[in-house]
Amino acid sequence: MANDTNTIISVRDVHKTFVTESKRTMWSRLRGRAHVQKRVEVLKGVDLTVHRGETVVILGSSGSGKSTLLRCINKLETIEAGRIYVNDHLIGYEERDGQLVSEKASVTAKKRTDIGMVFQHFNLFLNKTALGNVMAPLRDVKKMTAAAARDLAVPTLEMVGLGDKMDNYPSKLSGGQKQRVAIARALAMEPSVMLFDEPTSALDPELVGEVLSVIRKIAQQGTTMVIVTHEMQFAREIADRIVVMDQGIIVEQGPPETIFTNPQHLKTRALLSRSGFIPKGLADETGLSGD
Amino acid sequence: MDFINNTLAVFPALILAVPVVVQLALGAMILALVLGLLIALARISAVKVLRGAAVFYLEIIRGTPLLVQLVYIFFVLPSIGIQIEPVPAGILGLGLNYAAYLSEVFRSAILSVEHGQTEAALSLGYTPTKTLWKVVIPQSFVVSMGPIGNYFIAMIKDTALTSVIAVTEILKTANILNSETFQTTAIYTAAAILYLIISLPLSRIVVVLERKARSRG
Repeated sequence: MANDTNTIISVRDVHKTFVTESKRTMWSRLRGRAHVQKRVEVLKGVDLTVHRGETVVILGSSGSGKSTLLRCINKLETIEAGRIYVNDHLIGYEERDGQLVSEKASVTAKKRTDIGMVFQHFNLFLNKTALGNVMAPLRDVKKMTAAAARDLAVPTLEMVGLGDKMDNYPSKLSGGQKQRVAIARALAMEPSVMLFDEPTSALDPELVGEVLSVIRKIAQQGTTMVIVTHEMQFAREIADRIVVMDQGIIVEQGPPETIFTNPQHLKTRALLSRSGFIPKGLADETGLSGD
Repeated sequence: MDFINNTLAVFPALILAVPVVVQLALGAMILALVLGLLIALARISAVKVLRGAAVFYLEIIRGTPLLVQLVYIFFVLPSIGIQIEPVPAGILGLGLNYAAYLSEVFRSAILSVEHGQTEAALSLGYTPTKTLWKVVIPQSFVVSMGPIGNYFIAMIKDTALTSVIAVTEILKTANILNSETFQTTAIYTAAAILYLIISLPLSRIVVVLERKARSRG
């Protein structure tokens, strides 16, 4: 179990492997050959603790496992080993004789109501208006009355600046507006932590700002957040702590100023130099690195 | 013109058969929608036996003519003690047949709902079952509206087949009139026009529904 009451998320030695089956060709079928399985270990023992009210930003190049880690936290991905606790609840599994056994889907669902998630591609319910999207989980999951759901959904949409777009269907909203509806939808469930999976990566550059300012606003309200992003400047400014991942492990973490001004790990320096935060030469030097 | 007058004269008699057609089409459509959805769910289920049963049903229905299925229900089932009145037999035959085709509409519509919405629903605390019923299926209905409408129109025309199992729908009524008056051209022209009068407005409605569904999505 997690150690203190201030801990919201506790990730302990989590391992995750993606298994992809190669296509079975007509020839291999005729020859009766077995499938070739390709195994990629995406998380190789990750430990992470997130405290109440903290904003943690995970950085890393694509394929580093940062999105997968986020998705494991509410069991959109299964894990092979390790433990993930949110508010002291083991997520997605029961422990039986030290083994992880998948728990009932309804139990996981209940725990997920406490974990908000915002996706790269918004994933709004296309058959519902902005208001309908925010109200749907309140009605369907929290069993609120229509009036109570509306009383909660309307101010939440106003908070993300969409008071005038509530009756629009997603097809009539811009990317930035869609993402803000998605944020409102997750937020209205009043989760104890919000997970953001590259919330601005699918947006046109001119729409990134409006979404980031909404996230900033939520952070200021003291919501616990874990954000996966490629927006370096935003990360530096919003994070209480930056976590750098590479090839399935956390290689470095610390306060943003330390990470950005005095990166210890070679991969961190490469990442920062690629986005123009530190001069190229520094990233190429190997002498400073601990690995 | 005698022909036009004769044709017009037949309409009142044929129109009396319209309620039967409506009864057949509505009854069979409701049966086909419910059963079709169940078959579609069976086909995408994780349970192998359910998937197998659904495919088996689909192949039997698609591999035999609707006319034969109707005849089978009405003339063969009584031999094992199941006697069904003409109209219920017609509803059953049409419904069982169209369920197979509608299940394919539902299945592809369900699979067409992007997976991201399922993930969003799960992340919000919907159980997998609730995700299916509250998020995926309502949206797949929007997608399948057009095809369902087209099958409904096809079904109205297929009600004519029930004339062979003693349902006095439009064609059967025309047959009876014809055997009495022998005004073959006028009677069957009137019957054909009557089918057109029923299905043309429906196809317009389907087009409007499809456009509406698309503007939302």
